[in-house]
Amino acid sequence: MNYTFIALVENKPGVLNRVASLFRRRNFNIESLAVGRTEKPDISRMTVVVDCPNGDLDAHKIEANLYKLVNVIDVQDVTNQPSVTRDLALIKVMVGPEKRAEVNSLADIFRARIVDVAADSVIVEITGTEDKIEGMIELLRPLGIVEMVRTGRVAMTRGVNDGVRRVPGANGSLWREDDESGLAEY
Amino acid sequence: MKLSGAEILWECVVREGVEVVFGYPGGANMPLYDAMLNYPIHHVLVRHEQGGAHMADGFARASGKVGVAMATSGPGATNLVTGIATAMMDSIPVVFITGQVAAHLIGGDAFQEVDVTGITLPITKHNYLITRADEIAEAVREAFYIARSGRPGPVLIDICKNAQIEKTEFEYPETVKLPGYQPVDHAPKESLARALQLIEKARRPIILCGHGALMSGAEEALMNFAVKTQTPVASTLLGLGAFPASHPLSLGMMGMHGEVHTNLAIQNSDLILAFGMRFDDRVTGTLKTYAPRAKKIHVEIDPSEVHKNVAVDVPLVGDLKTVLADLIPLVDEYDHDEWLQEISGWKAEADARSIMNWPEDDKLYVAHLISDIWRATDGNAIIATDVGQHQMWTAQYYALEKPNRWLTSGGAGTMGFGLPAAIGAWFAHKNEEIWAIAGDGGFQMTQAELSTAVQEGANVKIAIMNNSFLGMVRQWQEFFFEKRYSAVNMRSPDFVKIAEAHGIPARRVTQRSEVAEAIAWARQTPGAVLLEFRVEQEDAVYPMVPAGAALDQMIQRPVKELASRRNP
Ligand SMILES: Cc1ncc(C[n+]2csc(CCOP(=O)(O)OP(=O)(O)O)c2C)c(N)n1
Repeated sequence: MNYTFIALVENKPGVLNRVASLFRRRNFNIESLAVGRTEKPDISRMTVVVDCPNGDLDAHKIEANLYKLVNVIDVQDVTNQPSVTRDLALIKVMVGPEKRAEVNSLADIFRARIVDVAADSVIVEITGTEDKIEGMIELLRPLGIVEMVRTGRVAMTRGVNDGVRRVPGANGSLWREDDESGLAEY
Repeated sequence: MKLSGAEILWECVVREGVEVVFGYPGGANMPLYDAMLNYPIHHVLVRHEQGGAHMADGFARASGKVGVAMATSGPGATNLVTGIATAMMDSIPVVFITGQVAAHLIGGDAFQEVDVTGITLPITKHNYLITRADEIAEAVREAFYIARSGRPGPVLIDICKNAQIEKTEFEYPETVKLPGYQPVDHAPKESLARALQLIEKARRPIILCGHGALMSGAEEALMNFAVKTQTPVASTLLGLGAFPASHPLSLGMMGMHGEVHTNLAIQNSDLILAFGMRFDDRVTGTLKTYAPRAKKIHVEIDPSEVHKNVAVDVPLVGDLKTVLADLIPLVDEYDHDEWLQEISGWKAEADARSIMNWPEDDKLYVAHLISDIWRATDGNAIIATDVGQHQMWTAQYYALEKPNRWLTSGGAGTMGFGLPAAIGAWFAHKNEEIWAIAGDGGFQMTQAELSTAVQEGANVKIAIMNNSFLGMVRQWQEFFFEKRYSAVNMRSPDFVKIAEAHGIPARRVTQRSEVAEAIAWARQTPGAVLLEFRVEQEDAVYPMVPAGAALDQMIQRPVKELASRRNP
């Protein structure tokens, strides 16, 4: 089963490599990984979808191992939390002027947009859950998809709900953005 | 005040209390070496960077401080790799400092450029690539903090040559800011309560004491807990020394070459208290049948170890010493007489097979020799071993009473570790007796460090157990490959001459009757001394749990005629 984790990491060179290397090293299977900036310039946010054949036990393993990386600040599992998840796809379809209308009407149904029109192709942009995007892809396929790119899932919990933090007492569960305990002194 | 990056490095390293550094110079770290001359640092010029890494590791194990090793870029740094992995597997705090080509050359395959941070990413607790002088102070401060805190481990700092040379304003960072790194000491109260319930119900409890007990300095707490609850204590290979071997509750070593009664006690227990250990495959045997009736409490500082190999009932994530201090006032006093007697029964059976009862046949058996060294040194020496059969015999027969005198590569099992680790330990304890015990194979892997020992005047006693085989591999071939010996027969140089060529007094011992005198001679002779023992060639380490077998499926020691053996 796929689990979705949100990890906050320090925005430093090489951190993505550390996370990716960890997943390889511990033999976890990444389905998708999306990284980007957050509202704070020194923090990046990763949404990682991982196959967890052993369920929560694997999820615990993943969280605990992520915390072994010094640059990882917080990890939550949002798999079963009410949350908004989105994927974005750009899909290039081989259609001349005669079939553009057909693509256009499909796009309308899926609330997608045509963002580029060339002589014999168009690019469709679609945002939504993976299911919705899969649905659109299926319908576009017969028209001739020649190129496609997807961002992978990004996720955000609804309201003030947090995801699950399984690692008892691990650094992340202590971390609050206004908290000075981020300063380890010795 | 403006200082060069190299000077800043030493300013910070000296402030960490470092006095000795093990290293090797080269093009990419020459500015560091130049600046070092102005600081109160004793540099040990090793003969191979791997030796330097093991020395820093041995220094750290013996002193409880952070060890420091240095190397130049490229081949210098890659030569460290085995030593870094060894430290990582055993959670040893070592800071490695490597030179790197200038920042503007990175990625261009410049001379002696190797992606060292890339290579060491999975074998360090953390690492740094420093491209500017003004990053050095913070990195060094963090590196030492990370290396020694939480679950300790090696940290590497790779410093570009330009960063070593550039001058920048130096201000010592008073604190480290690591928002994502906050090791915890105390386990949550609710978990302690659940642990107490299990302890109360237990009739056949056993403590599995690991390296964490030593790393945490929990020896006294462990003693108090064990005595108050009358719980016997079994040790992992690396946990030896945390609990005195002569104590009535001590069960000695568990696992693949653990004692029979120890493994039986684990298999028959109803509660396992795992203290700072990680259920490595070498201590559990097959997991399918591991301690089937036991509830498990796991006190462990690294949350990723919890449920990793064995799912436990109550994890107590925290520092062992702190958790035990929290727990001890809450536990009741128990007596587990019946259980302890049952274990004693198993032990009596095992003792009957003890190698100490073997008939005297004038052959040299490593187990006897270790016991002889133990007796001669009152069990008080610092012991560094290499890897193989002799390592297991030393673990079995050098009964340790005190902590941090046992230097052995457990997790990685790195041959070549023994001699350099002993030399490193000497820098931590110059007035103590230090022995390096090695096989003929492993000794030759880092034999070059004999020369370092002499140059530094290191007072280490070296015992080579020469069986003319890669003994442990030979034993596996004997047991599991129908005695088809493949690539295990080893012809070695004349070790006595090798030692003498270095100016090290040395003797070869071939007869039982020479042993006691030779050991006494080695102890009386000042400085490094080498003894080569020509031991029984095809001896095997018992008991043995074959890889993948259940912990109680041991190959036991053969029962030899119980003619009483003359005391050596
Ligand atoms: C660097 C390294 N290479 C290979 C091994 C595999 N290995 C484990 S024990 C052993 C034999 C060691 O022989 P020796 O040093 O003579 O010691 P003995 O077992 O005879 O006491 C070997 C080859 C290892 N542990 N480390």
